[in-house]
Amino acid sequence: MASIQYREIEGRSGAYLALLGALGALVLAGLGAAWLMEHEGHHITGMTNRIVWGTPHVFAVFLIVAASGALNVASIASVFGRELYKPLARLSGLLAVALLAGGLAVLVLDLGRPDRLIVAMTHYNFKSVFAWNIFLYTGFFAVVALYLWTMLERRMNGYTRRAGVLAFLWRLVLTTGTGSIFGFLVAREPFAGALMAPLFIVMSFSLGLAVFVLVLMAACRWTGRRLGEAVLGRLRSLLGVFVATVLYFVAVQHLSNLYIARQHELERFFLLEGGVYTALFWLGQVLVGGVLPLALLFGAASRGALAAAAACVIAGGFAQLYVLIIGGQAYPQQMFPEKEIVSSFFDGVVASYAPSLPEIALGVGGVALALALTTVALKLLPFLPRSLADGDLAHGGPTSA
Amino acid sequence: MMRIAAAVLAAASLALAAAAGAQQARPARVAAPVIKIEKGEACVAPADEMRRNHMKMLLHQRDRTMRQGLREPRHSLKGCVECHASRDTGSVLGKEGFCSSCHEYAAVKIDCFQCHTPLRQAPAAARRP
Amino acid sequence: MSPERRQFLAWGAAAAAGSALAPGLRLVELAQARSPEEAASKLQRWGLLIDVTKCGGCDDCVTACHAENGVSGHGRPETDAQWIRKLSIRDKRTGYAQTLPLMCQHCEHPPCVDVCPTGASFKRDDGIVLVDKHTCIGCRYCVLACPYGARSFIHEAVSGQKADVPRGKGTVESCTLCVHRVDRGETPACVEACNRDGGKAMAFGDLNDASSAIHRRLKGEASSQIRADLALNTGVRYQGL
Repeated sequence: MASIQYREIEGRSGAYLALLGALGALVLAGLGAAWLMEHEGHHITGMTNRIVWGTPHVFAVFLIVAASGALNVASIASVFGRELYKPLARLSGLLAVALLAGGLAVLVLDLGRPDRLIVAMTHYNFKSVFAWNIFLYTGFFAVVALYLWTMLERRMNGYTRRAGVLAFLWRLVLTTGTGSIFGFLVAREPFAGALMAPLFIVMSFSLGLAVFVLVLMAACRWTGRRLGEAVLGRLRSLLGVFVATVLYFVAVQHLSNLYIARQHELERFFLLEGGVYTALFWLGQVLVGGVLPLALLFGAASRGALAAAAACVIAGGFAQLYVLIIGGQAYPQQMFPEKEIVSSFFDGVVASYAPSLPEIALGVGGVALALALTTVALKLLPFLPRSLADGDLAHGGPTSA
Repeated sequence: MMRIAAAVLAAASLALAAAAGAQQARPARVAAPVIKIEKGEACVAPADEMRRNHMKMLLHQRDRTMRQGLREPRHSLKGCVECHASRDTGSVLGKEGFCSSCHEYAAVKIDCFQCHTPLRQAPAAARRP
Repeated sequence: MSPERRQFLAWGAAAAAGSALAPGLRLVELAQARSPEEAASKLQRWGLLIDVTKCGGCDDCVTACHAENGVSGHGRPETDAQWIRKLSIRDKRTGYAQTLPLMCQHCEHPPCVDVCPTGASFKRDDGIVLVDKHTCIGCRYCVLACPYGARSFIHEAVSGQKADVPRGKGTVESCTLCVHRVDRGETPACVEACNRDGGKAMAFGDLNDASSAIHRRLKGEASSQIRADLALNTGVRYQGL
């Protein structure tokens, strides 16, 4: 630990202020959208009684899942003792907290009654996995803050491993809970079942690391810190493994469904006849989010390829969540198998949905909030090592952090 | 230095207090509540108690009605509105509305009438418990 | 034991047995309306029985429900609330067609109640599933969870509510089985309208009361639940599906 020196970023350049200004403007736009939605009611959005969770939820779930995954790098250092990742642990913890804050902000501001947040925090139905998640999310802030403190405060360094284990276990439960929010919907065939929870876990690995890689590369480049191949090489292979794992889960899910006659109509919708959802699945999720990153990560060894791969993974992640959350609602509930249904409430038909400006503004505002918090925090406290060049990193066998 | 600062601060506070005292002669910025009780002999409880505790009573009763289905007529929100709605507007909100009048003065936002109707009902409907 | 003591003990036992019943509830009058001071009781379970073969092309039930509960549209069918709707179903292979009204099924194990984070979506003791708008935060998770699409989210400000039916922007709502009418001893508006003007396809009653018409019909005739495979034990049953 003594050999790694951390330093705040200077944060005085025009570019820094411009970045903060831009992010701030996006946050304000998001807040404005939320105010409009709350004031006018949700009819100004694209969400309807058939598609009740729309673009803001795609963004929110992305941020929450990525938050849990961003902590991975720190866990690899503290829990699994990989020395090489130790210098990255502080940034990892910071990013986890910032992304979660952004995601929760979007979720809360989209509520029909956001003024009742106090009610949500004092009335709990413990049978609801959503209620459990509220505990898990707020607890995550506390646990990661504690973890960061053990890393930042020299006298607490001896406790980092224990705090790291707690944070690691906490985030596994949290992400399982997030996946179960969808998995426990018994009557929604696209989601129902036990697969959602582990799928979200592996998605968190992949999305969280992709975000971490981009933020790390940007932070180092814009503050003139050297970033060596030793670190990047490890992150590159790790990201590749995670992307492949997600592809595997998705493949198993669809192949299993194809074997079950009752699920054929569902598969036909998502894989073939779902219009925008089919396009997003094959082109967005599988191609851009899976195949392309793998080619970039295991083919080229350049930094540009790594950054492009991470960006592709993020885009693919958004596509995957869009297909899952919105496509999953667009697909009609099968109340009467083998029958066509017509009603005034759009039963039995694929529901139509188009993202509206307030929804997009709110979602993007959440991302901007997460990045803004990160940008400010990097200036206030020493999260980044002074250098991540190959020669400056501690090598050696695994020891506990 | 500190003593001078303290003295200036004390003088300024005294000046402000004096100015505020002088202002009492001018009309208040917020309209004082207009409480017009146009129906009924007495409320569910004495006026003092209602003034102090009506919010607690409402919070308690709403759960009894909602969760247990207890609908004592004396304690229904419909009953409150029935008596307290203004004779002119038929509402407990708006101009000289019984509820809004005090609540605007006290700057305490009420949530009830986002969902509940603030209007007195037509006689036939009102007779139902 | 002396005769006086025996008598006293007998009276005491009778009094104890009487007070052991739910306070204020008189078994004899279960079939009649509860008084307003009585709580809803577990001894009752309200339900509907709908004979689909008698359900025709009218939508009197829908009109009556929305009139009774002050549910008005804004010309935006995708976001306007609907508490009850008519479904036209047609078998894909045989072409056999039917219509039926669909509303909240008032399940015994409601998925909407399980998933509500604040407990706003709840089931009353007598089986009616309701949304407590005081605690609803408008997260719409219950709308996702309902197998029947029974829940609606209110997408705009509401005014002109009926005094017995509070409704407001940003909360979720669904068929209340006309709980305000049921508590007065009346039937839901949809049932009343169907029996008055429609096909007389709908019946309402206490499923637990062995002497009620609905109980006897369910016992003697075939009936089914929609999505019986989910094992929710719905309070709304259908015949002829």
